[in-house]
Amino acid sequence: MADGMKEQPKRSLSGLDVKPVYTPDDLAGTDFARDLGQPGEFPFTRGPYPNMYLGRLWTRRQIAGFGTAQATNERYRFLLDHGQNGISTDFDHPTLTGYDSDHELAEGEVGRLGVAIDSVRDMDDLFLDIPLDKVSVSLTINHPAIVLLGMFLSVSEQRGVDWSKLRGTVQNDSLKEFHGQKTFALGPGPSLKLTTDIVEFCTKHVPNWYTISISGYHIRESGSDAVQELAFTIAQGMAYVESALERGLPVDSFAPRLSFFFGCHNDVFEEVAKYRAARRMWARIMKDRYKASKPESMRLRFHTQTLGSTLMRQDPQNNIARGTLQALAAVLGGTQSLHVSGYDEAFDIPSEEAMRMSLATQLILSHESGVTNTVDPLAGSYFVESLTNEIEEAAWGYISKIEEMGSGEYPIKSGMLSAIDTGYIEREIARSAYEYQLRIESGEQVVVGLNQYQSEGAQKLELFQFDPEEEEWQKGRLAETRGGRSPADVKSALSSLKQAALNDKNLMPTVLEAVGALATEGEILDTMRDVYGEYVDPGVF
Amino acid sequence: MGLDGHDRGIKVIARAMRDAGMEVVYMGMRVTPDQVAQTALQEDVDVVGISILSGAHMRLIPRLTKALQEREILDDVLVMVGGTIPEDDVEPLQKMGVQGVFPVGSFTTLMTEFITANVSRGRSAPQV
Repeated sequence: MADGMKEQPKRSLSGLDVKPVYTPDDLAGTDFARDLGQPGEFPFTRGPYPNMYLGRLWTRRQIAGFGTAQATNERYRFLLDHGQNGISTDFDHPTLTGYDSDHELAEGEVGRLGVAIDSVRDMDDLFLDIPLDKVSVSLTINHPAIVLLGMFLSVSEQRGVDWSKLRGTVQNDSLKEFHGQKTFALGPGPSLKLTTDIVEFCTKHVPNWYTISISGYHIRESGSDAVQELAFTIAQGMAYVESALERGLPVDSFAPRLSFFFGCHNDVFEEVAKYRAARRMWARIMKDRYKASKPESMRLRFHTQTLGSTLMRQDPQNNIARGTLQALAAVLGGTQSLHVSGYDEAFDIPSEEAMRMSLATQLILSHESGVTNTVDPLAGSYFVESLTNEIEEAAWGYISKIEEMGSGEYPIKSGMLSAIDTGYIEREIARSAYEYQLRIESGEQVVVGLNQYQSEGAQKLELFQFDPEEEEWQKGRLAETRGGRSPADVKSALSSLKQAALNDKNLMPTVLEAVGALATEGEILDTMRDVYGEYVDPGVF
Repeated sequence: MGLDGHDRGIKVIARAMRDAGMEVVYMGMRVTPDQVAQTALQEDVDVVGISILSGAHMRLIPRLTKALQEREILDDVLVMVGGTIPEDDVEPLQKMGVQGVFPVGSFTTLMTEFITANVSRGRSAPQV
């Protein structure tokens, strides 16, 4: 079998042909000054900053959220006391999809995979005793982002923290919800409007806030290959830029506050090539197509999360090796921050022990591997540069297709909306996911412990223990909130919100009013669902 | 079922079963146990396949089997559950009436074989 394998042409995980040997001939068309440049300079292929990790290591940002706001707040304060300087918030499914904790669909999911937030009171509990002007906060929320950000801004205001001092991120990547993540609440058009409302509002009133984390991570977890992840993420980013331009915002006013979020799979060189291609593509798109003039508008910065879908139940400790490989690729690709998924995540959300191991993986890479000693260490490799060119070219193929689906002054925006409506993107991803599964089942793609090298007698892990009583507690808290507010104020605020939606106004001011009147997340989203309609999964496969 | 957003696995399985010659009714996400049971009744299915990666299986599956029982079809359909199911939950799920538990990483061929072996009628139309 080993001999037979030698004769077969090799392919990257995403199916790109890989030659046995690369030579300078493979880079015949590459102009190093034009296509790579110096680190920190256009087109930023080699990194967004001149000195990269020599100046500052990537941020170790492990996401956390579970149970009630109080329980998660305790974890945050523990992490902050132990040297973490940023917070990343995972919300539970009801919060992500815009339902209150007592909604029928929420049963069994309240606080299960993230923290439960129903009203501004919960948001206040979540950040109890945490100085919002000093700690950067990442809110991982999409369609209801305007509500959760509204609650966060409201809490800051109550505490006398000026909005200009807030630093943080809201994911707010509404379009990927239809083909990755799948925690949608509204349709593509209305949710894109809300994303743009946040961009517009923050550009004017919360100037240091990152308004969108343009996400490929979830697309990859949904089974896309690296090329699709890159292409659809860049296309989403372009759609947001076009939507903001259409709103009349100057490109350099909002573009520096956009950031990116990618996954990382096991094929080390392909992943490195993907990150380098992403930086070069975005820089050129922003400069040439959207006429940005500030370098900050062209400079792509990104967070990486190693992929949960690569983690196996068989021999779960093997996942530590997978996490290390993926984290290495992310660092060689120049990530600005990193989350290493827990080795036990094929079973449940990670235990403390698994998160400790993830953090240790990052520390060992930082301090023992030597990979941080020089900037963009793989630059100039015939193979990596060649792969970077190929991935970029293949990604443009998808983006052009999306552009062809659109029309008018903003063809990527309208093209993305139609690519979502027709199920094009979802089908493309589902096809890749299926083909990958077939390669695993046929043995063509080896997965150690799963389809080869199986071992007998798996060890049992100590998994995360969820407290089911927290759901009842949260429902009680919600009832208490509803009982202790002025129904007239809530009604009036929700009615203003509805009017603003019907008149196509920026909804943030009326959301702030509703949040202040203790309207719940579900009530606010229901008002929006009334106006815009509820999105129903078309069931494409 | 429920609010779970993980649909990679269920869509892979739907394709695999379609390719194996079965008729697949994929309901999409965000459906309640009652909706699943009602569809199972209306479509007269042989198999009900549920994928849950949200951790809510111990709450949602009893509601599903109850809803199937209320419609008097629990004994007629093969109930299969997949996803992030800890080993300790497998036996309790079986006691609720789930015949096959397929944790993440399970091969689609294993599931189609399971269906072929356990659905005795001349046709098979799994609903996922």
